[in-house]
Amino acid sequence: MHYDVIVIGSGITGSSVAMELSKYHLKVAVLEKENDVAMKTTKANSGIVHAGYDPKPGTLMARLNVEGAKQIHALAPLMNFHFKEIGSLVIGSTPEEHETINKLYSRGLENKVEGIKILKTSNEVHKIEPNLNPDIDFALYAPSCGVVSPWEMALAFSYTARINGVDFFFDSGVTDIVSVDNGYQIMAGGKAYECEYVINCAGLYADKIYQLALKDKKDESFEIIPCKGEYYLLDKDQGSILNHVIFQTPTKLGKGVLVSPTVHGNLIVGPNADYDEDKDDTSTKSEALSLIRQASLKTTSKVSFGSNIRNFSGVRSYIKDYEDFLIAESPILPHFINFAGIKSPGISCGPAFGTEAIKILSGKGLKLDKKPDFKYYRLPSYFKEMSVIEKQDAIAKDKRFGQVICRCETVTEGEILDAIHAPIPARTIDGIKRRTNAGMGRCQGGFCGPKIFKILMEELNLNYDEVYQDTTGSNIVVGKTKEAK
Amino acid sequence: MIKDMVCINCPRGCHIKVDTEALTVSGNFCPRGKAYGISEVTDPKRTLTSTVAVTGGVIERVSVKSSQPIEKKLLFKAMDEINKIRIKAPVEIGTVIIENLLSTGVNIIATKTVEAKND
Amino acid sequence: MNTNRDLIIIGGGPAGLAAAYGAFQEGLRDILIIERDDTLGGILNQCIHNGFGLHRFNEELTGPEYANRYEEMVKSTSVEIMSNTMAINLTDDKEVTVISSEGGLQVLKAKAIILAMGCRERPRGAISTPGDRCAGIFTAGAAQKYCNIDGYLVGKRIVILGSGDIGLIMARRMTLEGAKVLADVELCPYSNGLARNIAQCLDDYDIPLYPSYTVTDIVSDKDHQRIQKVVISKVDEHKKPIPGTEISFDCDTLLLSVGLIPENELSGKAGIELDCRTRGPIVFDNLETDKEGVFACGNVLQVHDLVDNVSAEGERAGHNAAKYIQNGEPISKIVKVCPGPGIGYVCPQFIRVDTMEDSVNVFFRVNLPENNVTLVLSGNDGKLASVKKIRVAPSEMESLKIKKEYLNNCSEITVSLEENHND
Repeated sequence: MHYDVIVIGSGITGSSVAMELSKYHLKVAVLEKENDVAMKTTKANSGIVHAGYDPKPGTLMARLNVEGAKQIHALAPLMNFHFKEIGSLVIGSTPEEHETINKLYSRGLENKVEGIKILKTSNEVHKIEPNLNPDIDFALYAPSCGVVSPWEMALAFSYTARINGVDFFFDSGVTDIVSVDNGYQIMAGGKAYECEYVINCAGLYADKIYQLALKDKKDESFEIIPCKGEYYLLDKDQGSILNHVIFQTPTKLGKGVLVSPTVHGNLIVGPNADYDEDKDDTSTKSEALSLIRQASLKTTSKVSFGSNIRNFSGVRSYIKDYEDFLIAESPILPHFINFAGIKSPGISCGPAFGTEAIKILSGKGLKLDKKPDFKYYRLPSYFKEMSVIEKQDAIAKDKRFGQVICRCETVTEGEILDAIHAPIPARTIDGIKRRTNAGMGRCQGGFCGPKIFKILMEELNLNYDEVYQDTTGSNIVVGKTKEAK
Repeated sequence: MIKDMVCINCPRGCHIKVDTEALTVSGNFCPRGKAYGISEVTDPKRTLTSTVAVTGGVIERVSVKSSQPIEKKLLFKAMDEINKIRIKAPVEIGTVIIENLLSTGVNIIATKTVEAKND
Repeated sequence: MNTNRDLIIIGGGPAGLAAAYGAFQEGLRDILIIERDDTLGGILNQCIHNGFGLHRFNEELTGPEYANRYEEMVKSTSVEIMSNTMAINLTDDKEVTVISSEGGLQVLKAKAIILAMGCRERPRGAISTPGDRCAGIFTAGAAQKYCNIDGYLVGKRIVILGSGDIGLIMARRMTLEGAKVLADVELCPYSNGLARNIAQCLDDYDIPLYPSYTVTDIVSDKDHQRIQKVVISKVDEHKKPIPGTEISFDCDTLLLSVGLIPENELSGKAGIELDCRTRGPIVFDNLETDKEGVFACGNVLQVHDLVDNVSAEGERAGHNAAKYIQNGEPISKIVKVCPGPGIGYVCPQFIRVDTMEDSVNVFFRVNLPENNVTLVLSGNDGKLASVKKIRVAPSEMESLKIKKEYLNNCSEITVSLEENHND
């Protein structure tokens, strides 16, 4: 199969690039190792759209953060993914922390972040955040910081790419890349693909993908070091303890533990930074969880951890000996473009990765004719967020919107069926969870799990052992009762 | 020898002591406890509850119970018999699904009603 | 359909059915049950084991049979049922928004509401069990639904965390369906389930109980992300894992039976005040919440051990809701009921002295298992009554009778636990 551009990976980076490419008359394909989009780093992070004062001025991170955040503000209402501009505070109580906060402020000005200011007194801080610890008396306030659902954003971008003609291939991990005349031949999922341009958005494995293409020159590749961050996700009764994203003053180890309301109304606490060696290790560890919980007390003592509903961890890509994103055409392989080391503020840059890809490609001889009929995909609204009239209309149009499946989040059968028939269909329990929110509530799928299992089986005509939790092969059940031994 | 055990007849769960030679029981709140204690050391019995596969029903399984306790040592054999059955909906609560299970004189009865599926 | 009703009961499980019956017995005729499932009976439909009804019906019944008894009782009344209907909002003005496939979205108003929504299971996150997140981890209730209603085996080699009744029952159930249950792991030094269940669910099948242990790691198979190993560790007196005490189990399933939480989402929407200890509404002796005309009963009010008690509570809520509709809000001096030393919570939390029955049963649980104790009721002026108990445990709900005459000079009555001294 021949394409103009092949994108490897469908996290936030690959989705954004695919969406932007789909605005042009190009044949584009996305090759994704997993069975769905946004299955790795993109779905397991803090969900913050940073204001942009943090990255070093002059870096790609700094520029793309500000650009991306602006684009997210515009795209969220258009594409209907959850985003809320709630503002952030970097808090401090010691002279050293005051100094760091002042430095961040200056950096923010250099990075052209709008609206930032320093809150210089305890009164000013506690007026807008009464539940912060009493000793906090200094803060950098950034009104443009927001909270977003990162997987919804990636899904919206992917759906858009799909409806505008991009082909997606899942369970298609790349196993070989060979330079051929006019481009590359890629082996993935047992099939061969040809293209002129490759955009490597393979996240934690971006280095391995590049090495495949470099062949005997593989020492020229960058090296990805995984960094794991663990989190607490607490019930909505904790979501109103704070009004803004609260950052602790950053140290050399990272941005510190944040405590923040999420865009869905929960409270998130974390992450730590564990430079694990295993890129695929997303386990949580009790020492890490204890440390995070302990560290959060510096921000507020009002969090009731008894309301925790889930712990999770996400692994980010750090590039060895390199601080910035690595986004550039390979100096060795023509038309092979790497997007590597997409760690924080990756989510904040989201849509800007796409525009950056176009910038790079347009200097490389690719004909870019804009499609007049390009359309953004608008995600369906959650039933629970509809007005009374909208709810009545939804049920009148399709009675399955009157059947509640997930009682914690009030998700209806209609929404679940829509997810199974989306431009990129949900085929697993977690695929439905990411698209509809079903199973994200306080019982974590205990009630709706068996129901969604049944719906998947019936709607997709699956055997019971073909219904997966998330990854292909992650069976929910192992057999039927009363079967012969 | 004195055996300690918990009577399972009711949620009180009396801790009883059974003399295995004299066949006497102490610690029971009621006569059923005495009967249980003696039965436990001579020929223990259990009420079996399980499910039976249903075809054409609104749900896949009908819950069942043994009409009387059956010998503990027969429980897994009883499960084998129960597992062989495929019963067609509708099934009424109280229906005898297996009569005289393993020649014990005990029946397996449906404990709920399963309606037939409307297709 | 008439959207202005006398009594709306949210939930058609054992509590709701009993409440409907109780209200009908008191003479009320316009009674509507809102039930989200296809059938009535609630959680009893999947509790296929026996042990229900010994107090209420003097017979030992299975869960579905018990539910059927009440369904038959309710069927013989004028109670209306809306099944496959979910209540998605409740206001403090007794307006209930319901949705269903057939009926669309409707807003109903009632003179009285009875909350009977039951409870949910705590998930893994509630205890922050570390390790991989993978397939093969279920709450015991979810596994029970897969097994008993849908006919699926969730696993063949099972470790169970938690030895409350649900965990114990599933240990037996999975064993009988051909799985191997490797261990039942319990954080406390004692099981929280009924002693009879330890005997007939663990001992009968030689399933080892590991008291004072907890799960400290979950390992999944890397390729398919299904659980393949569970590691447990012994815990110290502060319930913290002791390094070096790890035991591994190769398994394909972990069942969690780590507690139940009353399902008060709707109550929260109506601004009903909840007791942080029971996590259910604060109620008066007549089971009325702090919102006039809104009553609560069953597991949504306090997590029960015996469905017989749920029914009794439900019938009382039904009677009282009917009485409220007929006579209006009781006006009375109020006495507060408090948990004292050794007591985890009390229910009801308030008593209207002037309008109470001759006596009110206060229900409570102790904090720790104890032998040879006295349960004491005290008022402002000292001890009012006491009962000696050979054995008490947090897993067994207790009650004491508060007689009207105790409350003559009382503003507060306390339930406490005292150790017996050898007299």
